Amino acid sequence: MNSKTADRIATGVFVAIAIIIISLLVGLFYFILVNGVKQISFHFLTSPSSNLVAGAGIRDQLFNSFYVLFITMIITIPLGLGGGIYMAEYAKPGKITDIIRSCVEVLASLPSIVIGMFGLLMFVTLTGWGYTILGGALALTVFNLPVMVRVSEDAIRTVPRELKEASLGLGITHWHTVKTILIPSAFPSILTGAILAAGRVFGEAAALLFTAGLSTPRLDYSNWNPFTATSPLNIFRPAETLAVHIWSVNTQGLIPDVKEVANGSAAVLVICVLIFNLLARTIGSLVYKKMTATK
Amino acid sequence: METATLEKPDAMQLVQNENILNVNNLEIYYGEKRAVNGISMDIEKNSITALIGPSGCGKSTFLRSINRMNDLIPGARAVGEIIYEDLNILSPQINVVALRKEIGMVFQKPNPFPKSIYENITHALKFSGIRKKKVLDEIVEESLRKAALWDEVKDRLHTSALSLSGGQQQRLCIARTIAMKPTVILLDEPSSALDPISNGKVEELIVELKHDYSILIVTHNMQQASRISDKTAFFLSGDLIEYDKTEKIFTNPSAAKTEEYISGRFG
Repeated sequence: MNSKTADRIATGVFVAIAIIIISLLVGLFYFILVNGVKQISFHFLTSPSSNLVAGAGIRDQLFNSFYVLFITMIITIPLGLGGGIYMAEYAKPGKITDIIRSCVEVLASLPSIVIGMFGLLMFVTLTGWGYTILGGALALTVFNLPVMVRVSEDAIRTVPRELKEASLGLGITHWHTVKTILIPSAFPSILTGAILAAGRVFGEAAALLFTAGLSTPRLDYSNWNPFTATSPLNIFRPAETLAVHIWSVNTQGLIPDVKEVANGSAAVLVICVLIFNLLARTIGSLVYKKMTATK
Repeated sequence: METATLEKPDAMQLVQNENILNVNNLEIYYGEKRAVNGISMDIEKNSITALIGPSGCGKSTFLRSINRMNDLIPGARAVGEIIYEDLNILSPQINVVALRKEIGMVFQKPNPFPKSIYENITHALKFSGIRKKKVLDEIVEESLRKAALWDEVKDRLHTSALSLSGGQQQRLCIARTIAMKPTVILLDEPSSALDPISNGKVEELIVELKHDYSILIVTHNMQQASRISDKTAFFLSGDLIEYDKTEKIFTNPSAAKTEEYISGRFG
């Protein structure tokens, strides 16, 4: 076989692999969206769920998903960014740094159900909170933090070394260089990473089963005082998220329209994750343009 | 050291003032490996000193030790003395941040910040406490004029520095360095990444700058060294082989190795 044929075969193989991947993806989306989109209606998105009657909605679950995500990101982003900056800029190469890095990697590859069990022990039982949004958010932080550290570290490392040298060479301190040169230059990739991580958190169910719980109390959306029991903003209430809802109606739902609700919820979930991904791309490149060009 | 000045009555005073840096037995190590083997040389004030030699001869390492940029390299350490205004630059007590304001550096690859042209210059100024817009505007104009870039960019100060050509970017980097009003400017092969026309402009600029600053330049380009420098130091394998007036080095070098290198027999 001459090298020209080998080259053609290689090209063919890779094209075939690409086609397999794309058709899998398209098939999956087609299946979820075709089955689910017809269930999505204004009523479906805005009415509370029911355990007994058909035609209920996912209002609270949808709100809970976004709210848990929001609380998780508030905790994850500062910690993850700080960890990433430490690993990229301050950690001296050596044994301790290697150990920290291995820990982060192990944490990132822990099965989410195990994190859920850990969360149950830590944020539900030990703290005595019971099932809460905060407990769920902290469990998701454990799940999400390694990704965020990794993303920030990589983003800061990919800033050209010349820029850092230029700044230090002008008599600027290390911290000021990190703050004004490295973080802004790395910001688009950090943002993209954060939004992608958000998509992962949004669809997570296993880690929330035992931490945020399978139920939502009756919520009063006109009550914005986070310290009252019926407020949707109360972080010490149980909260079933959309992903958990899909699992729970499928396994223990008593409603006659289990299939419709599950399909509709799945479609909403997928659409949200899709939007996260598209946002990650557009916002990332917009911010990059904004930062490198004029102010 | 010029013998001519010794005839003047205050010769000693003059000689003292003439040198901006005194290097004594400087050795630089990367881990166990020695990159610079005990060199001693005096750098003259308001003149251009060129450092030449083949790749890996230690000239860039030496240059980067003068404003302590080697501190960034894990395992790099320097032994000996570099005296600047009666202080040993290499001493651990030296405030590196303050030192780098006095001894600025321009790098091989143009490295403007991904910010506007204006912000590239004001970035370090703001950090050092200059906040008034009027003062900043003045310094920006002054340093861009000195770097012979003002006429080309005055109408687009607030566009990205990355939209400039490579040569303009390098002159912006020089402008950014002189905005800090250093006394010494270190240039690490500043025009090796540029086309001949940009290179010419950068060279003209460097010659212009020696009236106000003391300049050390590392270069691979021997024509460049002979065109612009007053004194030339030839490095080989970490040793300072010869250090003399540029004219002498390029017409009548004392060491055989220098002669071989400048006539292109190796390196």
